[in-house]
Amino acid sequence: MLAYTLKRLGLALLVALTVSVVSFMLIRMSGDPAIALAGENASAQEIEFVRRHYGLDRPLAVQYLDWAGRAIKGDFGESSYFKQPVRAIIGHRIGVTMTLGICALGFAVILSIPMGILAAIRPNTWLDRLALTVSVMGQAMPSFWFGLIMIIALGVWLRWLPISGSDSWRHFVMPTIALGYYATPAFMRLTRAGMLEVLASDYIRTARAKGLRWGKVLFKHALRNAVIPVVSLAAVQFGFMLGGSVIIESVFALHGIGFLAWESIARNDLPVVQAIVLMLSLIYVVLTLVSDLLNAILDPRLRVK
Amino acid sequence: MTEDRTLSLTAGSGLGEDVVFPSPGQIMRRRMARHVGFIFGAAVLILILIMALLAPALAPGDPYEQDLTRRLIPPVWQDKGTWEHPLGTDNLGRDYLSRLIYGSRVSLLIGVSVMLIAGLIGTCLGLLAGYFGGKVDMAVSFLITVRLALPAVLVALAVVTLIGGSMTVVIVVLGCLIWDRFAVVLRASAQQIRSMDYVNAAKSAGCSTRRILIAEIMPNLLNNLIVVATLEVARAILLEAALSFLGMGVQPPTPSWGLMISEGKEFMLFEPYLITLPGAALFLMVLAINLLGDGIRDVTAPEARS
Repeated sequence: MLAYTLKRLGLALLVALTVSVVSFMLIRMSGDPAIALAGENASAQEIEFVRRHYGLDRPLAVQYLDWAGRAIKGDFGESSYFKQPVRAIIGHRIGVTMTLGICALGFAVILSIPMGILAAIRPNTWLDRLALTVSVMGQAMPSFWFGLIMIIALGVWLRWLPISGSDSWRHFVMPTIALGYYATPAFMRLTRAGMLEVLASDYIRTARAKGLRWGKVLFKHALRNAVIPVVSLAAVQFGFMLGGSVIIESVFALHGIGFLAWESIARNDLPVVQAIVLMLSLIYVVLTLVSDLLNAILDPRLRVK
Repeated sequence: MTEDRTLSLTAGSGLGEDVVFPSPGQIMRRRMARHVGFIFGAAVLILILIMALLAPALAPGDPYEQDLTRRLIPPVWQDKGTWEHPLGTDNLGRDYLSRLIYGSRVSLLIGVSVMLIAGLIGTCLGLLAGYFGGKVDMAVSFLITVRLALPAVLVALAVVTLIGGSMTVVIVVLGCLIWDRFAVVLRASAQQIRSMDYVNAAKSAGCSTRRILIAEIMPNLLNNLIVVATLEVARAILLEAALSFLGMGVQPPTPSWGLMISEGKEFMLFEPYLITLPGAALFLMVLAINLLGDGIRDVTAPEARS
């Protein structure tokens, strides 16, 4: 287990390092970031000032090491729009995005796992087909469009829910559904496949044959093994949802880091964009690391590989 | 299943000379004809393709022509609607049906082009990793992990905005971002196939690695490749729509469905058709492509269905 943990940790560090290089290089895609930071109408002098001020006149490697060194300590520089430390701005907004992500993940799991189980207990019946239809629809529905339709139906026509902002829990209901629904197909298919496989195994037949109640067999014996892969999927999906929050937060004007990223891209606030890309990537790296280690604890066979 | 029934029939009739076993092609065609999702997906997609190809003939007007005296005319089924503009006009007085029809071209063009770029990158990486294993596999797996760690939508938004939004930029950026599923699927399939007897036979017969990859392994990966490629077209179309919706993808006045939803958003409370129509078109197209992809998988490899 120790060897596996160390190996997995080393890989995570390497990925984190690569991801940081990518986030660093990202804002240099346009060529000269000094021009982007100074704005399109800036004079040559202003651009030169910005270049000095942000240290963009140094060699790339030096710039990267400087930036990465500070980033480790949580210092991502100063926002060129707010004139405040990036760390403070993000710290202020991350709570909303995390809340949204956790709610959406919860929604997806609560909706899809029972559906997956039902579909697996009664394969090829109307129940199974209904679950399949819901999941196929979910994959084809553009999440931002689904959000807008909900705004019109639930927010404007029925007046049940507020349509924008992030002040109370009611503001989170529609974004949660819009973001979470997109992930349900993956969870449902995995639960269904896992349950089908486990239910066909010998130890379930034994449990049934010795006269255990069906409910007990289903939840205590079968589900436990079937949900192991769901744990890893949850980690991955949570990372994707934080990334997808860019779209949903913009639709509902939720003041999280997704919305912040969108606004910052639009106003060329590159230090903020860079920090958010790096942060979301690192969250994903940590989540997958934790889920892999958790899986190795749950299923010793994985450690050998 | 179809084959079982044929077999039991032939057994019952005592294997006389009149018994004809179905060829693999016939079995495949029969499975296709019975697969509701496949039929529906293929039919809708063919209609959309015809619409895209014949756009100039089908569209009642010019998708770019503005007429500020005819702004926001509702579709025919509403009060004030006219047959002159069956689906109404947008806030610049452009015929909405024409924009929707031309929009199918944008979505299909972007979806297919992105899939080709992503497919090329992902297939090469996955194939090499799966076949060679060892260090190559480690390197490719590492690349896949890094790619998955980066938030795709955010990176695409940032890069497209920094370089400047245009259709070509959107295609290249998305193509370079979503090759991961190609790589994952082809790596797994290549791993399975490389230890097959016919690959070993080719090796011992002295075939070059290139020949083994192209002539022995690729043909057996083709079904999987087609399935992933179909599903990735749908994913690319959804991503393009999202980018354009956020104003950082295809730029106006191009009739992209995502962009149309974004332009209609301002008026959606009073004129909901401005967003329901392009959204429904998008949903239908992606649904059809996904059903077709799932259908191809079920038809070519029913045992892979989960």
